[in-house]
Amino acid sequence: MRRLLNTLYVTSEGAWLKIDGANIVMMIESEERGRIPAHMLESLVCFGRVLVSPPLMAYCCEQAIAISYFTPNGRFQARVEGPVSGNVLLRRTQYRATDDPERCVPIIRHLLIGKIHNQRAVARRQLRDRGDRLHDADRRALESTVKRLERIGTRLLETYDAQVLRGLEGEAAQSYFGSFAALINSEEDEFVFSGRNRRPPRDRVNALLSFLYTLLTHDCRSALEQTGLDSAVGFLHRDRPGRPSLALDLAEEFRPILADRLALTLINRRQIKAKDFSVAESGAVLLSDDARKTVLTTYQERKREELTHPFLGETAPLGLVPSLQAQLLARHLRGDLDAYPPFIWQ
Amino acid sequence: MEEEDIIVPISALQHYLYCDRQCALIHLERIWQENRHTAEGRVLHERADRYGHEQRRGVHTAMALPLACERLGLTGYADVVEFEQGDTVRIVRPVEYKRGRPKAHRADEVQLCAQALCLEEMMSVDIPEGALFYGQTKRRKPVAFDQALRQLTEDIAAETRALIRHGKTPRAVYVAKKCNGCSLIDHCQPQAMSSHAPVAQWLAAQLRH
Ligand code: SF4
Repeated sequence: MRRLLNTLYVTSEGAWLKIDGANIVMMIESEERGRIPAHMLESLVCFGRVLVSPPLMAYCCEQAIAISYFTPNGRFQARVEGPVSGNVLLRRTQYRATDDPERCVPIIRHLLIGKIHNQRAVARRQLRDRGDRLHDADRRALESTVKRLERIGTRLLETYDAQVLRGLEGEAAQSYFGSFAALINSEEDEFVFSGRNRRPPRDRVNALLSFLYTLLTHDCRSALEQTGLDSAVGFLHRDRPGRPSLALDLAEEFRPILADRLALTLINRRQIKAKDFSVAESGAVLLSDDARKTVLTTYQERKREELTHPFLGETAPLGLVPSLQAQLLARHLRGDLDAYPPFIWQ
Repeated sequence: MEEEDIIVPISALQHYLYCDRQCALIHLERIWQENRHTAEGRVLHERADRYGHEQRRGVHTAMALPLACERLGLTGYADVVEFEQGDTVRIVRPVEYKRGRPKAHRADEVQLCAQALCLEEMMSVDIPEGALFYGQTKRRKPVAFDQALRQLTEDIAAETRALIRHGKTPRAVYVAKKCNGCSLIDHCQPQAMSSHAPVAQWLAAQLRH
């Protein structure tokens, strides 16, 4: 199995990264603050004012290490990449498939089945682990969400229209986020959650979710591009300038497991507290610098957790699963597999 | 792709003989393109640095000779080519160095023969034989370019070109002995790709949990 390499997240304002022999070195105010072997690196993510030396950039481009730049709050700004990788024939196959409703629909259906199954698994796990300690109303909300997601899952299997599939996804999201508050064990009202909102997030839970979705989308994007697919041309998400549609497609299945569960862990274990957020005059809620570091560290740790890949039957770290799914999607597009097998979390 | 555009590296013939899918993964799907690219660049660079010749006891030796054969659409390098003045004609003899030991299949012979076919076309000579030198056994094994080997090499070249022209990767067929030694096994996933039930059936079983 391929190795999970590090993503280096640099959040220190004014950091200067350079390559020194076989190492990547981080300098702050002309002092060395960190050093990692270059061959351990898979992707480099810079938040805020971080400088990357041209030789390091050249090294990254040559080794297909993605460099991405985000604002301190996690809004994507830019990416540096070398010559386009992968195979033009695969990308052409992808474009033809995304233009062909006959091919789109089964892929969209499987992506959504994966997502909804995994949402349901998150709700079920809460019922299993804490069911007896939940308030009656919360337990009932979760139970009804589980049932509803199951029904939607069945309907997805029988639907042959992309628009209807998208509609079912909306229904599922409403139901899932409608009872999401019941997954938060904190008694304090600092983490009240009343539905998903974004751009900008207007409560703490949404701020945390948005940040995690950014990280996840970034990983999915790298996974797709390493496989040779075009991360901008999607099935579920249609083309829109500047939007990594296929990365968003691929992220759907992982949101519940990699992002939502992680947000819940951080809140429920009190690794993230109310004071880790600030509220801007506009009502936008922002994550503090320190909290972002906590989130990044926990995210990296979670990616190291091993699981058995449901389709391939091999053990793999969770963080490698987006790459494996990207490969499976490519294999389906090339005709090796009769359909795209979604990632089903058990 | 235009027929005349397809130039197959001699190394692709060896990949093809090992496994047609491996050949397609490397030369069509460009798996590990960056890595391979840099690796090949490095090898090329080293070869270019190494290019040279020497004269010893009447044998002139050229190293890292660039080769091509238009008729078969091949391109590549010869490690070593020896030139010797025989009684009537000049003898040209490609020699390829292999790190391991002689193999059961004929991939090494085919690679060497492909080099000979390139040299024959480029220099208008006849090349009756070459040699393989194996690092592990430290033995030099002469290889006669007889009709059978020439035919095999031409067939393999034609099949490899056809594979590349088609642009379609053959299905995986899992054979433990072959696949477990294949560097692309993680990408190929031969077991999951060759022996899986239809995905819809698999998915239905998953959802019953
Ligand atoms: S793993 Fe097996 S089937 Fe796949 S490329 Fe390698 S040898 Fe061929």
